[in-house]
Amino acid sequence: MANVASINTTAAAFDAVADRVEGPAGPRPRRVLSRRNILLYGTLILVSAYYLLPLYVMIVTSLKGMPEIRIGNVFAPPLEITFEPWVKAWATACTGLNCDGLSRGFWNSVRITVPSVLLSILIASVNGYALANWRFRGSEMFFTILIVGAFIPYQVMIYPIVILLREMGIYGTLTGLVIVHTIFGMPILTLLFRNYFTSVPEELFKAARVDGAGFWGIYFKIMMPMSLPIFVVAIIIQVTGIWNDFLFGVVYTRPESYPMTVQLNNIVNSVQGVKEYNVNMAATLLTGLVPLIVYFLSGKLFVRGIAAGAVKG
Amino acid sequence: MSTRSDDRPPFRPFRNLNAKIASVPMILTTMVVFVGGTFWTVLYSFTKSGLLPRLEFVGLAQYERLWGTNRWLIAIENLFIFGICMLVFSMVIGFVLAALLDQKIRFENTFRSIILFPYALSFIVTGLVWQWILNPQFGVQGVVRNLGWTSFTFDPLYNADIVIYGILIAALWQGTGLVMCLMLAGLRGIDEDIWKAARVDGIPAWKTYVFIVIPMMRPVFVTAIVLIASGIVRVYDLVVAQTSGGPGIASEVPAKYVYDMMFSSQNLGQGFAASTMMLLSVAIVIIPWAYLEFGRRRRHG
Amino acid sequence: MRHAMLAATLAASVAIPATLANATDLEVTHWWTSGGEAAAVAELAKAFDATGHKWIDGAIAGGGNTARPVMISRITGGDPMGATQFNHGRQTEELIEAGLMRDLTDIAEAEGWKDIVRPSSLLDSCTVDGRIYCAPINIHSWEWLWLSNKAFEDAGVEVPTNWDEFVAAAPKLEEAGKIPLAMGGQPWQSGGAFRVMLSSLAGPDVYKKVYGDKDTDAAAGPEIARVFEAADNARKMSAGSNVQDWNQATNLVITGQAGGQIMGDWAQGEFQVAGQTAGEDYTCLPGLGVNAVMSTGGDAFYFPVLQDEEQKKAQGELAALLLKPETQLAFNLKKGSVPVRGDVDLEAANDCMKKGLDILAEGRTIPSGEQLMSQDSLNQINDLVVEFFNTPSMTAEDAHKRFVDIVASAD
Repeated sequence: MANVASINTTAAAFDAVADRVEGPAGPRPRRVLSRRNILLYGTLILVSAYYLLPLYVMIVTSLKGMPEIRIGNVFAPPLEITFEPWVKAWATACTGLNCDGLSRGFWNSVRITVPSVLLSILIASVNGYALANWRFRGSEMFFTILIVGAFIPYQVMIYPIVILLREMGIYGTLTGLVIVHTIFGMPILTLLFRNYFTSVPEELFKAARVDGAGFWGIYFKIMMPMSLPIFVVAIIIQVTGIWNDFLFGVVYTRPESYPMTVQLNNIVNSVQGVKEYNVNMAATLLTGLVPLIVYFLSGKLFVRGIAAGAVKG
Repeated sequence: MSTRSDDRPPFRPFRNLNAKIASVPMILTTMVVFVGGTFWTVLYSFTKSGLLPRLEFVGLAQYERLWGTNRWLIAIENLFIFGICMLVFSMVIGFVLAALLDQKIRFENTFRSIILFPYALSFIVTGLVWQWILNPQFGVQGVVRNLGWTSFTFDPLYNADIVIYGILIAALWQGTGLVMCLMLAGLRGIDEDIWKAARVDGIPAWKTYVFIVIPMMRPVFVTAIVLIASGIVRVYDLVVAQTSGGPGIASEVPAKYVYDMMFSSQNLGQGFAASTMMLLSVAIVIIPWAYLEFGRRRRHG
Repeated sequence: MRHAMLAATLAASVAIPATLANATDLEVTHWWTSGGEAAAVAELAKAFDATGHKWIDGAIAGGGNTARPVMISRITGGDPMGATQFNHGRQTEELIEAGLMRDLTDIAEAEGWKDIVRPSSLLDSCTVDGRIYCAPINIHSWEWLWLSNKAFEDAGVEVPTNWDEFVAAAPKLEEAGKIPLAMGGQPWQSGGAFRVMLSSLAGPDVYKKVYGDKDTDAAAGPEIARVFEAADNARKMSAGSNVQDWNQATNLVITGQAGGQIMGDWAQGEFQVAGQTAGEDYTCLPGLGVNAVMSTGGDAFYFPVLQDEEQKKAQGELAALLLKPETQLAFNLKKGSVPVRGDVDLEAANDCMKKGLDILAEGRTIPSGEQLMSQDSLNQINDLVVEFFNTPSMTAEDAHKRFVDIVASAD
């Protein structure tokens, strides 16, 4: 499946780009049904269909009642639409004795995600900046260790981190959890920023130094505004990762600050008794809404030509 | 440390002071958590720690058992197949999709969100949905058979020989969106003037991509590869949700072996031995590469 | 302080409304999150709240594998909960040895647990060096073969009364388009079914030798070879079952698509939910109809060592409460398990449960696998068996050989 898709898209990409080059440099004539457009949009729509198919299955399932699900065929649209699974997932599904669904952990998740995302991105982007532009003796060694660290299975680090947090006296607190997220986000994010900053034209950096800008000045005035797309990618990675995290949230905090994934886990993981697939799907979609909104809103920051503009300006 | 080669920054503790101060969290993390934690893990892999870590050394016994365990060998083989396919396909598909979206198209935001959205969903349910779609009775196979092609067979999750590819399909669905986004950010960082210059020189677009743009995006590719590769090494939830390692033990992966050993079998020593082997093989690949990739002096001293 | 203690004592004895007592919050962690399980926990919480304290529920879904790291991290991280569920057996030995679990011996003596807990092996698995560290709460047994009467009717054969008849009926079932034996894909299911075959077909003595004494001669012996032959039969009979979860496999039996399933007594709950009657719609054969012995595993509560005096007091009350007859009855009826005390009358019990109670009353019990062997070794056996079930090319002899190796290195 993936094979075919990739071949199609490759062909289309080359075609599409070929057209772009042959054309004049000015604004393109708007022919809606050009060969290029049909291929380009056709491919994108096909690809989108592949990506949307499972989403479709999830949505129709979440709108069916249990008897209808037992009949089979996961692709069939619901005969009778019911929103009960959504209500149940949000407000009445039980975790043990607490029957208030995902709503219970929603604000906890927000309280965990916001500071963790901000802190981890701040620290990692400064790391990446220092590694790309202000290298010092040993900095590459630390960076290499960090990259190897990206490959450590999280589970292995659970107990050492427990000991660490206990010794720091922040085991079970929100601060502890934020630090844990910052630590485990650091390898990938640092790499992300370091590599992006490396590709920023050197002349810019040199010009700024001649103008007398220092470490922080260059970071805030040049690097940050020039790198919005990569900040968006970092936000996407972190919001998704931290919002969906279950293991750290449940191991390093107390029950009163459990994130909503604990309830999600409970809803989808109840092994015994009847599995309520419709509620599972609704709960997953509800949990995924926050990252989804972030993805969609991030679009504005993905604009073209920031780098080019900065060079000219 | 005293041999000072010319391509290394000289040791001047107060030069770049701000950069050093800014790097303190990174230095602490690497030394305390990653180096410290790894040392701790390796140390305890030589013990017979069960439910709790304890220093009762048993030499290489954990490693002997590990390499004598069929399940571990299968897990390694699976990781190898899954890893190579995942890396190649996610890079190729991710880049091509990014290139398509970079054609100044309409509805870019919509298309990007559609391709990226699977990344937002938890692995547990991703696994469940794909388990359904690939279910021979009421998934794709069932639908095609109902259309009249009764001999059609597509049941990757129930066939021990190809189960790992069934997991790959779901993993690609979930992960390519992020690669696409990363590539797109890389493409957006490339100066428009380069495209203009290429156009003026009459270089075909595909050549511009292959010989100019991709080399310029090398750092982004490196990031994407590390991101995907680290995800591959740690793959756990998806397998649990889709197959629980089945049929039999045909879709076991190393991270699942580590987790099961630590928390189900309560044999921390064995889990640490397995994760030490994972880390060791990662380190053997990464460290030389990292020195080649990052060790060279490219810019400002 | 004294006032609080007095109030608490009063509350415990005569159940004064909560407002009068100085209520202490006690966090209890467990992984009982399915419908029936949660209802059973609610009974415990209700009883505990009636003493004037407050049960703070810390449920973590996903079974022991998900919950255990959380519990152990909390305990070792210095932020323990008030009480926690654990399977009793050998799982917590190390926590006890590390001095992290509270010694309940004084409470056990005051309440006379030694005299009321039946079978006594349950209390033995709570005991380390003569001290009692946990409160057993229920008994679950593994040794059941559940048969669908409808499936056998459709195939035109009598409902079997033992394993051999079941194997003999398999071809007829297959002809009728049925899966003879339903088996979920998870390793613990095939591993458990194998253990049941071993204790039932080779007998309890061999079982105790292999799992308890880790006797390699017994493990290599002809009795076990026969068990592997039976497992080979089971492998052929279960070849068609494309399911993962145990309750999906049970559902195949309930709907008559499969002939039978080897599964613990919790499967009974599924038959009940489906509105089926024991004896009419389904048949249960304890010990596969061969050796009707039952293992006595189950759940227990452990109490981490706490500093706060108030909370310690509440812990003690909860421990005592768990084994009170009313709590036992209310909890086990909801949970579908058997009470740990012999003097609780289960009138509501159905045919199958009564069979089980009789076997218990006659003392035909064996220790559960978890009581005899470390989870590590059990999981190695599970992995072997699940591989055997899913690899048609693996011979019974090969599997037997690897089984002996595992037993040799087991602890």
